Amino acid sequence: MGDSPDSAAITVEGLWKIFGSRAQRVLDSEDRHLEPATLREKTGCTAAVRDVSFEVRPGEVFVVMGLSGSGKSTLVRCLTRLIEPSAGEIRIGGEDIGRASPARLREIRRHQVSMVFQHFGLLPHRKVIDNVAYGLEIQGMPRAARHARAGEILSLVGLDGYADAYPDQLSGGMQQRVGLARALAVDPQVMLFDEPFSALDPLIRRDMQAEVIRLHREVGKTMVFITHDLSEALKLGERIAIMRAGSIVQLGTAEELVGAPADDYVSDFIRDVPRSHVLTLRWICRDPEPGEPLDGPELPVTTIIKDAIGLASASGRPIKVVDGDQLAGVVDRVDLLTFLSGQDVPVKAGA
Amino acid sequence: MSSTTAVSAPPRVKVPRWVAPVGAVVLFAAAYLAFRGTGTLPHDKEAPQFLAVTELREWIDDHRNDNPLFLYFLNYIRLFVGGLYDLFQTTLYALGWPGLTGVMGALAWLAGGWRIALLAVSGVSAFGFLGLWQSSVDTLALVAAAVLLSLAIGIPIGVWAGLSARARRAITPVLDVMQIMPTFAYLAPLALFFHIGAPAGAIATMIYSIPPAIRITALAISEVSPTAVEASASLGATRRQTLFKVYLPLARSTMALAVNQTIMMALSMVVIANLISAPGLGGDIIRGLSRAQVGIMLPAGVAIVVMAVVLDRMMMSVAQRGSAVGWRSGGSGATRAGEGGGAGATERASRSAAMNRPHAKLSRIDLVAAGVLAAVGLALIPVLPRVWPESWTINVVAEVNDAVRWAETTWYPVTTFIKDLVTASLLNPLETLLTSAPWWLVTLAVLAVAWRVSGVRPALIALGCLLAIALLGTWEHAMQTMTTVAVAVLVTLVIGLLLGVAAARSPRYSAVQRPLLDAAQTMPAFVYLLPALALFETTRFTAIFASIIYAVPPVVRLVEDGIKAVPATVVEAASSAGSTRGQLLWKVQLPMARQAILLAANQGIVMTLAMVVVGGLVGAGALGYDVVLGFSQRTDFGLGFVAGIATVLLGVMLDRITQGADRRSSPRKRKSP
Repeated sequence: MGDSPDSAAITVEGLWKIFGSRAQRVLDSEDRHLEPATLREKTGCTAAVRDVSFEVRPGEVFVVMGLSGSGKSTLVRCLTRLIEPSAGEIRIGGEDIGRASPARLREIRRHQVSMVFQHFGLLPHRKVIDNVAYGLEIQGMPRAARHARAGEILSLVGLDGYADAYPDQLSGGMQQRVGLARALAVDPQVMLFDEPFSALDPLIRRDMQAEVIRLHREVGKTMVFITHDLSEALKLGERIAIMRAGSIVQLGTAEELVGAPADDYVSDFIRDVPRSHVLTLRWICRDPEPGEPLDGPELPVTTIIKDAIGLASASGRPIKVVDGDQLAGVVDRVDLLTFLSGQDVPVKAGA
Repeated sequence: MSSTTAVSAPPRVKVPRWVAPVGAVVLFAAAYLAFRGTGTLPHDKEAPQFLAVTELREWIDDHRNDNPLFLYFLNYIRLFVGGLYDLFQTTLYALGWPGLTGVMGALAWLAGGWRIALLAVSGVSAFGFLGLWQSSVDTLALVAAAVLLSLAIGIPIGVWAGLSARARRAITPVLDVMQIMPTFAYLAPLALFFHIGAPAGAIATMIYSIPPAIRITALAISEVSPTAVEASASLGATRRQTLFKVYLPLARSTMALAVNQTIMMALSMVVIANLISAPGLGGDIIRGLSRAQVGIMLPAGVAIVVMAVVLDRMMMSVAQRGSAVGWRSGGSGATRAGEGGGAGATERASRSAAMNRPHAKLSRIDLVAAGVLAAVGLALIPVLPRVWPESWTINVVAEVNDAVRWAETTWYPVTTFIKDLVTASLLNPLETLLTSAPWWLVTLAVLAVAWRVSGVRPALIALGCLLAIALLGTWEHAMQTMTTVAVAVLVTLVIGLLLGVAAARSPRYSAVQRPLLDAAQTMPAFVYLLPALALFETTRFTAIFASIIYAVPPVVRLVEDGIKAVPATVVEAASSAGSTRGQLLWKVQLPMARQAILLAANQGIVMTLAMVVVGGLVGAGALGYDVVLGFSQRTDFGLGFVAGIATVLLGVMLDRITQGADRRSSPRKRKSP
């Protein structure tokens, strides 16, 4: 992890958000370490975000995952102070957000960070094109210019020909494409997604996830993605932070979470994830036994386990797992079958 | 024997629930019999309180032009409002009847297409046919000035209250009191500060009509989807940008209801404002009322109703244009009791072609048609006479008076029977009871009832109001007014419950009744005095009858809506358990509609009081008559002023007692000891 703030798109350090009239007093006392339920009973305050720190690298898709009430939506709103944080430091592109004046904060929201919302937040009295151009309009961009830009973005998200429709004439998935286009139109460096697809039905959701992956490839924005859906998190997230009761309980890649859950809460979460779809050969390869033939097929350590099955069944010899030029280990059919049978094979931790 | 007593004697004696109230009643009855006739507070026309106010007025009239408060502040307000009224009046006169008809038609076409335009054109022409062109225009100018001021002040306050919960909490109690103040109560203080005439009338109308402007605007703003607001903020919009680009456009259709409601309130007030010499149709109506001549007031009444209907349909079409799309979250939120006047109109408006396409901008045809209509009207100004030609009017005074006389004589046995029955069996005994009982006994009784029904705070407020009434020297008349209100409310609630339950149980009956209720709620209050006067002449019962037909529609609507709001699953569950329809009503629907029924009672009381006070014009006597007297006799100004305050106190008292009942005992709370 790079410590210099300049190398990270977003740095969050010791962030707290406590709701309630006595928030500051709670924050200053030892009460802040109480369990949320106990705290609410004692002080009437609700701790939504508790001492959260993380960094998002430029161009990364960073997913925050947690059940409802875990504080993830509050967390993402604190990043641009849509909700005022109680304590802690937030830097976006090296700039201290907490110290920004209202005018500067507006500038940041206008040009650097934009957001996509769960319930879309479209303006029903405006046409699609004017919804997309809204961010540009409040920056003061002339009508012709902003419509031209909005038109480009509309075709980017696949809404050609819907410019003059009104939001309520579109399906839910299309409405969220408008939301996405609105966020993209201002050409931000960072995009925040607050459970953008949880109001959509499963098929549309899959389309939209693919859309985000495609957009990320094409425009390369830094993205912070909030979700309560584990499969969504695993699909999109380069790194995933799991939140519970306001704190991050584990932060890592999908592989790290599934391979080495930090506690019972996380392992409970990932229990139903087919591990062969997430883990790579790195997690199950072993040192070759003496006399084992090493002339079998080769695969890189980053191969997903399920993708190795075809090769393993075609060849009688153990697969050589290589990390660059070096031999990392071998995997044979028995290893794979044992793993797939779901017996709790100890995987190598922290590979 | 001894064994049974031993068994049935628990450590604490269990008193049946009815013992305490019955005991209290017996106690009060005994006290009444013992102290009857003592401690009464008979009315004294020359009471020092009244004289003091009369003197104050004399002093103010003498110093109106040298006291700094008047010279530098109040007189300027008066001048400004007067100027605004003159501006409207001059413009409308300059348009003349052809111009006004054309312009109104054009506006109506823009608002809601050709049907509304036709309505507006025929409505405006009706003023002329009724021979009331000039006073209608005066009334229109007065309403325009008052509504403009109401909106100019009310909408910003409403927006503020919609955005800030703290502001809302501060404003709500003020609005609550303003809405239970009877129309009459506003007049005397305004006459004191702003003299009499059009400016004072416009200010009175403005104050009376401002609560819905504030309340509905606040509601509209607070209903705006928070996600849209947040999305706007997340893109870096300033508060101002969010207000003008998100809040106001999204609140627009509900705010059109606010404008509509403000106009309706203003229309009922401009008539009453004639008592402080505001010009317009009110003159004929007040004259007709005070002379018991239906023939004089009927055309003016019709003109006001026509004006109300035209303006209501126009505003409702504007509101409908936005809400047809369905992006108003709580569509029914603004349609509270007494504010649902336009429901029927909206249904009708949505049928017109333009409304079926959501987001339909005005078509070119509509624009052209409206333009042509306005142009024709304006072009005819120089050609046709400005004032409606005398020969085109229809004079019906004599015919109407004859018809009323015929009705009075023909139905005399029936109406007299009803009147005498109510007077002898309800009014007289209750009035005797209240006025002959010692004041402290009545106060104690009210305190006890308020405490039991609503709790400590309302009881203390009621006590304060009653003591103030006694100190003001209006005790006897207040008791008489209270008698009238009590009888009217009793009848109103009985009728309202019966009709409401009937409508809730039979969709067919409800479909017949709804349009009638809608129409009834669009009409200005005093219109109801018309049939009452025609049937019962000037008696106490006239006011009661008028307030019953005035207050029944909202009560029926609230009861019906309350019963219909009972969740279908609950009704289904009760039916599947084998309930009869009667059991369903008594054990499920009525108990669950409790809140709505209590609200209906509260509304009924407030509306009845307002009407009973206006009924002072047609023989209801007591406080209402005192107020009227205060305006007609200069020496009695103090009496009228104080009587106005007493009606407000009475209103606050009755409202708190019943509203407390609404808030307090939800079934859940009742369970806990």
